[in-house]
Amino acid sequence: MRTTTHGGACGDSCCLRVQKLSVQIGGEPILQDVDMHIHCGQLFALIGPNGAGKSTLLKAILGQREYSGVIAFSTPGQRGRKPKIGYVPQSPTFDPGDPVSVADLFVCCMSRRPAFLGVGKSRRAQILECLDRVHGADLIDRRVGALSGGELQRVLLALALEPVPNILILDEPLSGVDVEGMTTLMDMLDEIRRTYDLSILMTTHDFAMLPRYADQVALIDHRVVRMGPPEEVLDSEEFRTVFHMKGGKAL
Amino acid sequence: MSLWYAICDAIPLELLQWDFMKNALLAILVMSPLFGLMSTMIVTGRMSFFSDALGHSAFTGIAIGCICGAASPTWAAVLFSVAFALLFSFVRSRSNQAADTIIGVFSSAAVALGIFAATFGGGSFTKYNKYLIGDILSVTPGEIGGLALVLLAVLVFWVLYSNQLTLTAIHPQLASSRGIPVHLSQAIFTTAIAVVVTLSISSVGLLILNSLLVLPAASARNLARNLKQYHILSVLFALGAGLVGLTVSYYWGCSAGAAISLTLALIFAVSFCFRKVRA
Repeated sequence: MRTTTHGGACGDSCCLRVQKLSVQIGGEPILQDVDMHIHCGQLFALIGPNGAGKSTLLKAILGQREYSGVIAFSTPGQRGRKPKIGYVPQSPTFDPGDPVSVADLFVCCMSRRPAFLGVGKSRRAQILECLDRVHGADLIDRRVGALSGGELQRVLLALALEPVPNILILDEPLSGVDVEGMTTLMDMLDEIRRTYDLSILMTTHDFAMLPRYADQVALIDHRVVRMGPPEEVLDSEEFRTVFHMKGGKAL
Repeated sequence: MSLWYAICDAIPLELLQWDFMKNALLAILVMSPLFGLMSTMIVTGRMSFFSDALGHSAFTGIAIGCICGAASPTWAAVLFSVAFALLFSFVRSRSNQAADTIIGVFSSAAVALGIFAATFGGGSFTKYNKYLIGDILSVTPGEIGGLALVLLAVLVFWVLYSNQLTLTAIHPQLASSRGIPVHLSQAIFTTAIAVVVTLSISSVGLLILNSLLVLPAASARNLARNLKQYHILSVLFALGAGLVGLTVSYYWGCSAGAAISLTLALIFAVSFCFRKVRA
């Protein structure tokens, strides 16, 4: 099922390079000496226990955290240009009472025309097109606070795909999503990755879907404990140690 | 102003024969859209308590301004409020404590400083009552002009920044990932609230100001399903409550500020009963 990706040599195909990355928050080291290479077109998963620094790593890559070390992007044919990052934040964090519709959310992100003046016809068509990418056109008039976990993830995903990014970063996209929704969402990510030839970096606690969808997995516990293809990482001694499953089988 | 008086004279209403009622009515017509609009963002950004705290800090600024012998205590107050707002934004962005806790800290400090300054050396507190209770009925044409300018500034600000502010308010992480400078836009917005609150407080009073900055949007949220409805309802509620409150206060001889605030509370109660539970 797993698709082959671009070659291993780190030339133009290296989309995101993290070297000797360290992050401290309030004097406490959260991440130390993280090295990672994410290749174009790969689905790269970060796993690890709660508080291991996965979200912090994503935030450093997004430029929302101060760090030491190197985070370098390269996009084939556009060396040195700042890459477009699509980010799907951890949900659910919308206030259920906010009178903000899905269309409003898109307008706030896409346009300078104030959303409180309403959504114009052509803009609405454009939003529908974006939502169609995640099979969510029917969600356009719903309030963001009233969406289910899976629906919200799809909306945020559609938002992150406009404009189509070079790298898509998702923080725990599968939390709060039911089993059926998970498969739908992962299939969708797989489809998007192929359609737009972009890299996906995501954190997750759902290990069962890794062998099927991920190309590379990094096990993080304040540093990279183990990195490699999903089967290898899930079957490793390090995995069992980190998740306190000594002697037991991971899956 | 004379045009407005002529319009009022043409309306055959008993209460409009008095100049102070004409002024108050015009002030309401300018104020309600202004505060109705601002309240949408204040409530979405969970700043209701902050605007309340700012009212107190404005009073502190006025007290300090009087002591320092500033020619116009209002400008001293604006300066103080802006400093208060910026310091608050800074502490909020650097602290991991909840915003309401930080507002509590700043509010207490500001009120204490105000009372300390006002009573320093045995001074009396009563001369500041005007700012705390305030009265829309004593609003002067000059102050209305000031409010109109503030309204204009807020409208321009809104058209330019409301998308960015809304996104920052509902989801800071998403906003920052879309390249919006979250802390900066929060600081700009808190400064805008500070300026508006301080400039309006001496003409309209603390009570009416705080209720107009929170209740219209709070009521609108019960009914609105999108931002357009939210803004329209909020402004309409502010306007309606202003007109009803002013009329009630005229015929029943009560405080206009209190009547307007109570009308807003009533609107909230009614909207609460008809609220959209899910949609």
